[in-house]
Amino acid sequence: MEDICIRNLSKSFGDKVVFDGLNLTIKGAATTCIMAPSGAGKTTLLRILMGLEAVDSGSVAGLEGKRFSAVFQEERLCENMTAADNIRLVMPASVSMAAVLAEMDRIGLGSCAGQPVCVLSGGMRRRVSILRALLAEYDVLFLDEPFKGLDEALKEQVLAYVKEKTTGKTVVFVTHDKMEAVIMEAQIIEPFA
Amino acid sequence: MKEKHEIRLWSVLFWLIVWQLISMRLDSEILLVSPFRVLGRLGQLMLTAAFWKAVLFTLSRIAAGFFLAAVAGVLLAAAASRFVRFRELLTPLMLAVRSVPVASFIILALIWFSSQNLSVFISFLMVLPIIYTSVLDGIRNVDRALLEMAQVFRIPGFRVMRYIYLPQVMPFFYSACSVALGMSWKAGAAAEVIGIPKGSIGERLQQAKVYLDTPDLFAWTLVIVAASLFFEKLVLFLARRIAKRCNAMPIKH
Repeated sequence: MEDICIRNLSKSFGDKVVFDGLNLTIKGAATTCIMAPSGAGKTTLLRILMGLEAVDSGSVAGLEGKRFSAVFQEERLCENMTAADNIRLVMPASVSMAAVLAEMDRIGLGSCAGQPVCVLSGGMRRRVSILRALLAEYDVLFLDEPFKGLDEALKEQVLAYVKEKTTGKTVVFVTHDKMEAVIMEAQIIEPFA
Repeated sequence: MKEKHEIRLWSVLFWLIVWQLISMRLDSEILLVSPFRVLGRLGQLMLTAAFWKAVLFTLSRIAAGFFLAAVAGVLLAAAASRFVRFRELLTPLMLAVRSVPVASFIILALIWFSSQNLSVFISFLMVLPIIYTSVLDGIRNVDRALLEMAQVFRIPGFRVMRYIYLPQVMPFFYSACSVALGMSWKAGAAAEVIGIPKGSIGERLQQAKVYLDTPDLFAWTLVIVAASLFFEKLVLFLARRIAKRCNAMPIKH
């Protein structure tokens, strides 16, 4: 997997300049953690990389034709669908329901697989959105504060699971918590410093 | 707590008694026939084949107009949500259809074509803008965050339609149907009374008017109300079934 090269990237919303002439290289087949204070533009950068936001100027190379997966800041789940169906929605036909249930069991979601996500707790919904991202077929995985809202014990379990599942893959990870980056063995970059 | 608009037996009986008392006081069948006489006349009519033919004639035409408009409304709304120019093109047309009095359309339709299928056309015209506007609102209110999620994961178009659009647009479609159903019957019956298509309920109502046959007028009005309620319940039952499937059906690969 090739590196992602960001060159002279500029983005503004009206008068507010989010970044101006940003240059950055994100290593392929590795986990990169982008750290910056709130409001610095981390999420905007992820949105640009995912193709959800247009840039004012500059270029991004290394993402052409790549398949993406993501954990967004919000869960973005289909509320009336079950937890298992939300995960299967993004998966290829070849993956069986049994395989999905086995993975759900591993992060404590086995008992709620058949429940609509609208009745699940915040922590459960978070784990459903994480599992959805991990089980999708992807070349680049974007994680925008993925462990937000998980209690410490759960976070530890989910972090270990995410690390196991993403080893050797290209992961772009945004967080405020340095410990998360350390556990994920991510290369930390601070592009907005 | 949501207020329920249930019909209670006691309140129906109360108004029937009021109706009976007024008809007894007036003592004139032409001015106001008694409910018992109406029910008796309805019973007589129901024993004839012509009655059922008339009911089927009107029901099938109003239903055809309704379903055609529902399909056209959904397709036009889908296209309008996708193409801004198309939406701009349709907006004055839909506004005109909504604003022009139904009587004008009925007379225009009578000039254009035969009265036999008049109620199909009028029912269609009454329902189309309601379904179109509501479904378009529904599509435009679909959660953008979910659409972005679908874009990032490259979820196939059919699944996006089935699992993101349908569950969110269905409540808009359902509420549009419940409004449009009543309107299609009122306008369809009015069209038949003016156009007098042979063998329709409207023709029977027109005859009742000409011969000042108040029992027939009330009996046929009761038939329209009953047929309208039956049709409304049937369509809303089907819409509920579809809505339920949209939300709860497991994903099949």
